[in-house]
Amino acid sequence: MVTSIIALSFKTEPAKKKNNTATVVKDSIGSVRAFMSVYKVLMSPRCMNCHPAGDQPLQGDDNHIHTMNVKRGVDGHGVYSMRCSNCHQAENDPGVHLPPGNPKWGLPPANMRMVFQGRTPRQLAIQLLDPKQNGGRTKAQLIDHMTNDGLVGWAWHPGEGRTLPPMTRAAFAAKVRLWIAKGAYVPSAKAK
Amino acid sequence: MITVTVNGQRHDIDADPNMPLLWAIRDILGLTGTKYGCGAAQCGACTVHLNGESIRSCCTKLSRAAGQQIVTIEGLSANNNHPLQLAWNEMNVPQCGYCQSGQLMSAAVLLRENPNPTDQDIDDAMSGNICRCGTYQRIRAAIHRAAELAKEGAKS
Repeated sequence: MVTSIIALSFKTEPAKKKNNTATVVKDSIGSVRAFMSVYKVLMSPRCMNCHPAGDQPLQGDDNHIHTMNVKRGVDGHGVYSMRCSNCHQAENDPGVHLPPGNPKWGLPPANMRMVFQGRTPRQLAIQLLDPKQNGGRTKAQLIDHMTNDGLVGWAWHPGEGRTLPPMTRAAFAAKVRLWIAKGAYVPSAKAK
Repeated sequence: MITVTVNGQRHDIDADPNMPLLWAIRDILGLTGTKYGCGAAQCGACTVHLNGESIRSCCTKLSRAAGQQIVTIEGLSANNNHPLQLAWNEMNVPQCGYCQSGQLMSAAVLLRENPNPTDQDIDDAMSGNICRCGTYQRIRAAIHRAAELAKEGAKS
């Protein structure tokens, strides 16, 4: 028995595809291609502006630093009299340049900053897959977050005057699932 | 009918739930110490406390305040003797005065959470309240003074 387990562990011939399985075959090229679509969404202003490299949120399609010296704070929801929900409501305020809103409005917390800004595709993919850097999420939880989270979903309902991510949320969620299903491969360091 | 507690007093307000809280405070309850500045949560003149947080009442719907505790500048202290108000008087902080109730409400949250703020803490807390007269140096000095007054008050 032990011998056979060891023998299996060291089996060197390529794994043969089983006909009775529904799992998607691992495919590094297809996986990375799917991630590159995911990356384009995550680097869009609607996503990246609340995943800044510094401790201040960003605004606008030019990713300028949030006016009023807004800070992340320990919990990601601001400091003192500058808490996110002091201005941002549970829904978008109507009108151009009025505060967008969501019940969960905020940045990632200071101990799990989940930076998107400035990350290469490879860096961001590694970060997203690492529970120590992604908020402790498994791959299944990562898919769920991208697919169903209300604050993530705000990006597709950002209010008047704000550009949308480069694909629908459904298409985005499909790309996330494909990336993971095909093996959650990480792009090469050259990928842009 | 929306029930709101303002400065410890319960009010039943018959108004559109989408009405800005600032409108209800000023036009219905008659508490005009809170000011309208920009209507876009950009200036801080309309700052009041909602359950202790310094919200911008111009962009906050009345419905958000339903069943909640609101404090306006009129309710910051019983006898205009909050350490910030004393310090503001002592140091002649206001010039035109329009932004000052919002400044005080924001500063009150800062001092509650940080009784001994640094200049950086003050900047972090107060940057959402702008002053067209540029009284920022006096505001900062008065917050430090209020912190001292609060400590002296605690000792006595």
